[in-house]
Amino acid sequence: MGKSVKSICEEYNNDATRLMDILLEIQCKNGHIPDEAIEEVAKTLNISKVDVIQTLSFYHFFTRDNIGDYTVYLNNSAVADMMGRADVAEAFEKEAGCKFESLSEDGKIGLYSTSCIGMSDQEPAAIINGKVFTKLDPYKVKDLVLDMKAGKTIDEMVEKYGDGHNASDLVKSMVFNNIRKKGPVLFSDYETGTSLKKVTGMTPDEVVGIVKDSYLRGRGGAGFPVGLKWDFCRRTQSEETYLMCNADEGEPGTFKERVLLTEKPKLVFEGMAVAGYALDAKQGILYLRYEYKYLKNYLESVLNEMREANLLGKNILGKEGFDFDIRIQFGAGAYVCGEETALIESCEGKRGEPRNRPPFPVQKGYMDEPTVVNNVESLCSVVRIIEKGADWFTMMGSRESAGTKLLSISGDCKYQGVYEIEWGMRIRDIIEMVGAEDVKAIQVGGPSGTLISPRDFKRTICFEDLPTGGSMIIIGHNRNLLRDIVLNFTEFFIEESCGSCTVCRANTVILKDKLLKIMSGKAGKEEIDELKNWTKFNKMANRCGLGQTAANPILTSIENFREEYEKHVKMDEDFDTGFDLASAVEESCDYVGRKPNL
Amino acid sequence: MSEKVKFTIDGKECVAERGQNLVDAAADNGVYIPSLCHLRDVIPAGSCRICNIKNAGRIMTACTTPVEQGMEIENDISELNDMRKAIVEMLFVEGNHFCPACEKSGNCELQALAYRFQMMVPRYPYEFPIKTPDTQDSRLWIERNRCIKCKRCIRTIKTEDGKNIFAFQERGHKVEINIDHELAAGLSEEKIQEATDNCPVGSILKKGTGFSQPIGTRRFDKEAIGSDIEKVV
Amino acid sequence: MSKPVVATTSLAGCFGCHMSLLDIDEKILDLIELVEFNKSPIDDIKEFTKPCDIGLIEGGVCNSENAHVLKDFRKNCKILVSVGECAIMGGLPALRNGIPVKECIAEAYLGVPSVENNKEGILPNDDELPMITDRVYPCHEVVKIDYYLPGCPPRAELIWEAVAALVTGNEMKLPYEVVKFD
Repeated sequence: MGKSVKSICEEYNNDATRLMDILLEIQCKNGHIPDEAIEEVAKTLNISKVDVIQTLSFYHFFTRDNIGDYTVYLNNSAVADMMGRADVAEAFEKEAGCKFESLSEDGKIGLYSTSCIGMSDQEPAAIINGKVFTKLDPYKVKDLVLDMKAGKTIDEMVEKYGDGHNASDLVKSMVFNNIRKKGPVLFSDYETGTSLKKVTGMTPDEVVGIVKDSYLRGRGGAGFPVGLKWDFCRRTQSEETYLMCNADEGEPGTFKERVLLTEKPKLVFEGMAVAGYALDAKQGILYLRYEYKYLKNYLESVLNEMREANLLGKNILGKEGFDFDIRIQFGAGAYVCGEETALIESCEGKRGEPRNRPPFPVQKGYMDEPTVVNNVESLCSVVRIIEKGADWFTMMGSRESAGTKLLSISGDCKYQGVYEIEWGMRIRDIIEMVGAEDVKAIQVGGPSGTLISPRDFKRTICFEDLPTGGSMIIIGHNRNLLRDIVLNFTEFFIEESCGSCTVCRANTVILKDKLLKIMSGKAGKEEIDELKNWTKFNKMANRCGLGQTAANPILTSIENFREEYEKHVKMDEDFDTGFDLASAVEESCDYVGRKPNL
Repeated sequence: MSEKVKFTIDGKECVAERGQNLVDAAADNGVYIPSLCHLRDVIPAGSCRICNIKNAGRIMTACTTPVEQGMEIENDISELNDMRKAIVEMLFVEGNHFCPACEKSGNCELQALAYRFQMMVPRYPYEFPIKTPDTQDSRLWIERNRCIKCKRCIRTIKTEDGKNIFAFQERGHKVEINIDHELAAGLSEEKIQEATDNCPVGSILKKGTGFSQPIGTRRFDKEAIGSDIEKVV
Repeated sequence: MSKPVVATTSLAGCFGCHMSLLDIDEKILDLIELVEFNKSPIDDIKEFTKPCDIGLIEGGVCNSENAHVLKDFRKNCKILVSVGECAIMGGLPALRNGIPVKECIAEAYLGVPSVENNKEGILPNDDELPMITDRVYPCHEVVKIDYYLPGCPPRAELIWEAVAALVTGNEMKLPYEVVKFD
């Protein structure tokens, strides 16, 4: 190992709340986190070994075993599957000579699956040694593995860069932005610093007031009014307040924040600074998902640029006492960390388990201090609201959803990418806009959202009708809904559950098994209703949004596509439970050497 | 200074200290809110979700809900009881609970809740997962087949300088309990006993003490869990 | 009027539940008055000779014969009752669930010290023998089951109460002390 574990811990002041950063450095430097390192970390930070292991084992990208000189994390989201992941996976296995979730014999290449990496508009995609490779096909895979065998560096393996800042020296990525529609809020021209300059002439309460008047609702999915959240936070008396920007977009099918961070990072950071001013917070944290680590150097340089322009740092823009700076906290592969309290736990170096409420983060958040967690898109919108006023913002959108919304659209359509639309747009118009034909279904809001059928295409995108955090997956007429979508999403929730609440942890597995039974043709007709009935406990008895919505793929598909289930089940067979004696005795007969006589 | 507040549970008038958690406050008023991961005077985990109640129509865990003046709580209603029973059933099929062969049988709170809710058979299919027990410790046996992830051990058993002995590892349905053997070696005999007693199921057991109570004399042989609370007042 | 007909069987069980059924003491005389037994180890009737009203099943399904017998019971009995932990959830035989059946067979016929004479490594594979299932199945995963009587074994009073209630149509009393899983 290059740097010693001790010196890495030292870098973070032997602070156990920085365990995420410490483990990330060890993982990156060493390729994995060996047992000796775990012991060393525990000793240095003066915590128990099981504490280190509980954090480490929670996150997908921390590993205790060697995962190869080249580690392929191939996205296994539904969209990746739709775009040909199976062939790509097969090619990787053939060329590398090992199966997925394992390491090649020489220890050189490791193949692993991972949940959505935010590239749904350019799937199949994989992260290899931190670099993103998009639009893979079996031929490209062959070349990549040849490169690995030849010992090329990961940068050498990227042949062509994407558009915009993806091609910049500090990114050098083949990722494309695919900005299809620029709206007035996020993508229209803006001179950095304008709003920050403006707020220095206002009181924090005035800033909160404008945001409240704009009716801006959180863009992460839940839609809580941003101004109200700020107001609640300001009411908590405290020495220290924190502002966090949630850039952990992990909802399969979402990738709009990746585009904002690539093309509009200054807007994001300025939004954080404006919030910092309004909340009297000195420190901001951008919680960035590990999957976007390829943007690290670029974002750090933008932060430096802004510090140099006095848009961050001490006495910002000459305003005495307006101190605010930002650090980037990386996640390590856990969808649930997009939940604000799980995100806070993660920032404190812990497992990303959502907290119990009360207390709410605005009362007791990061380090037990009042904390506001806002979404990337929300903070970008704040900047424009300050610049142009609340009225300008409320002129756009629908009755309960002011402004614009950035959609990530993927799946079976001609123009996958991001679209900034006004809230209230009809699904039918969206279908036309993205060049989709013969649409069978649309997944609105990702797996935790709703699977809608053409009956609902007259409905509109907005909080009062069909809300979405931004993910829209178009599903064409030849897709197998249960296999390609519902099963994939259910497995996603099983993989991403933190495991704390009983129902989320256990019921998702139970539901999946029942779904598989139905798909195998062994279930009776009544089992569809049984399955539907079992989904209700998810909503009732889980702490966070992940658990509460984990049954949505099954629930909404039964509601809107019951016929897909009905074609699998047996209609009138009394007393049959689907028990299959032939398959039950197959293994033992094979082993003892006899032909089954059923 | 503590402030007394009045509230009702299923119409029954109760009095408690403001801010006290609902499970304990209810118990002090002779009302049993079924719970599993909760332990009195310990920071609530809110993870088993069995103590879910309805407050102003919203379902929330009683163990994490502080009592406020004028609350009208619904507790013993069929909607919630069916959900509680379903959770107990999920816990049964999620692990490997072979009651006839378990040292904790008769004193097990999971089993006791199943008795209380008259579970004859779980509505869900048994999973029979593969779990590896940790028998390495000289005094404690960690039987992961029976663990229900209540975090009681994590929350209550620490070293004298406050370090964790127990912790989770992995996530989701792969979550399991992990023990720090080095630190556990320093635990007093009383703490070892406490770890065993706090475990609601037979997942943490002091070695060499199994099956010491005859059937018929165990905690839940004759009386349902919660009946001690309901008898008071 | 003819008496209700009862059939019983022990699948992958230990006959402990049948013992418990006999443990109802003098009430066994009432039982004989109340019902007629058909296929059952109690009277040693091997095959169903008439349709039955109640089938009591002890034990889970660990091999093909168990599955056939259970399906036969389902066909011939109006009401099927899973009696005891093994019928309900597999019970102790289900401790092997999760271990590949190959390993179980290898351990039983090749591995344990008592088979040191099996030098040729013979595995039982005669066509007459039941075929071992990949795991032990609770009865309700093989056929539909109408009622469940937990316990290891179920208390004699519970079995008596249940049978009496089924025969008379009276409501079944379930005192707290008698419904236990051990």
